[in-house]
Amino acid sequence: MDIASKTPIARFENVGLRYGLGPEVLQDVSFELDPGSYHFLVGPSGAGKSSLLKLMYLALRPSRGLVHLFGRDIATTARGDLPALRRSIGVVFQDYRLLDHLSTFDNVALPLRVAGIRESDVKRHVEELLAWVGLKEHMLARPPTLSGGQKQRVSIARAVISRPQLLMADEPTGNVDDRMGFRLMHLFEELNKLGTTIVVATHNEAMVQQLGHPVMRIDGGTIKVTPGSRTAGKDGRGGA
Amino acid sequence: MMFSRRTDLPLDKDALSRFLPWLIAFMVFLAALAQAGLFGLDDLARRWDNGMAATLTVQIPADPDANEATNARVLQSAMNMLSETPGVRRSSVIPNDKVLELLSPWLGAVTAADVPLPRLIDVETDPALNVDVDVLQQRLAQSIPGAMVDDHGVWLARLIEMVRTLEALAGIVLGLILLAVMATVMFTTRTGLTVHAEAIEVLHLTGAHDRYIAKQFAGRALTLGLKGGLYGVALAVPTLLALGHMAGRMQAGMLPEMSLPLLGWVSLALLPVLSALVAGLTARITVMRNLRSML
Repeated sequence: MDIASKTPIARFENVGLRYGLGPEVLQDVSFELDPGSYHFLVGPSGAGKSSLLKLMYLALRPSRGLVHLFGRDIATTARGDLPALRRSIGVVFQDYRLLDHLSTFDNVALPLRVAGIRESDVKRHVEELLAWVGLKEHMLARPPTLSGGQKQRVSIARAVISRPQLLMADEPTGNVDDRMGFRLMHLFEELNKLGTTIVVATHNEAMVQQLGHPVMRIDGGTIKVTPGSRTAGKDGRGGA
Repeated sequence: MMFSRRTDLPLDKDALSRFLPWLIAFMVFLAALAQAGLFGLDDLARRWDNGMAATLTVQIPADPDANEATNARVLQSAMNMLSETPGVRRSSVIPNDKVLELLSPWLGAVTAADVPLPRLIDVETDPALNVDVDVLQQRLAQSIPGAMVDDHGVWLARLIEMVRTLEALAGIVLGLILLAVMATVMFTTRTGLTVHAEAIEVLHLTGAHDRYIAKQFAGRALTLGLKGGLYGVALAVPTLLALGHMAGRMQAGMLPEMSLPLLGWVSLALLPVLSALVAGLTARITVMRNLRSML
């Protein structure tokens, strides 16, 4: 393993976050995510899970502390360089954030088109993935006509279509039945085996126990990382 | 790519996008009229300048004490002097009847016996040789006291100055129309950015550069600008043709020429292209500037 591959995918150092003049929702958060690691992010509602994910997928800047992604300090990274970093990140939003005026196909194709991929390749990849998540029949459907579970799958397909280095999912199985939930988690496992670093925010403690990955537990704005039962050597390190 | 039909943002459905072509059409229509005025005035100033620059009027004062033969001799000596002057192409005495006709609006029905009429000589000069009016004036005045040479310079200069001022005004109007188009597109684009803020954030988070988003707005504005420009020109052409027809029927040399020269028609045809480019560029700059404040 060379030095570059050991560079953490994400490194947070004493990160604090507050919205406006309000209280800090995250306080002195420090942790590292090694390449190819898989973490669950758990904690009660309002504990700051979504805020932490927003910092990681570059929707927010921290109020204080250092955030390094892919070895780059976000505070000193030029704004024009952020899109390249974002293309290495896939996000499954809790509220899906699909574009209602676009078809299922176009929603999933978005990251590829943004990256300037050839349309023939876009078609092939998107059709393949939609078939895998069981939405090939709904390729031309628009999100408002899809069920919650179907939207969730479109959102996941959009997040993984460009094979990101870091995949974050906010309650990805919240709106799908157990069978589909298992399939989606299996997809994440497969992506992880291929080297994608995964962070899944969830309330599903049973799933966390069953899969046995390290857990980042966030409560009261601070974070604590506990190793998983099956991933010795691949877990992240850190604490508040 | 600017005309690409596929966009990630639902810009086609914006209410403002439906009005934008008509707002631009109205402004392009006004721009076409201002531009036609500019060409007409320029043509008028040139015609006056060319027409008057090559003419002089020599005035021989009437001498009520002299008999007709003396007056004829004085007039003939002035004609001889003119014909010997280098640069004078032709000179002819304006008959008294014609002078009286020209004066009749002010003096009414009068005869040569009622008023001491000066004799007027219409002189046509060669513009290339540039007759020295002051020298001619001096020579004439030496042999014929009171003789005057008028090159129409004073009133022609004032007229041309007025026309140039009107031209400048037409230019300012064109500039204001351009600013109005830019302001309208800027307002529409800003509204679009607010309306589609969530979709824009999704595009950003999937790795879109500002210029990827700006291109979508610019492409849409360019199409709407072109459409508006074509509507505006379609309205302006019959209007200008009708004005040209009316001006032609009046046959008044003082009026500007309302039928556009070829260059005028070409620039009229270019107005939709210009409005499209201005709209597209303004939208692009507006988006790039506004997105800069986002993460």
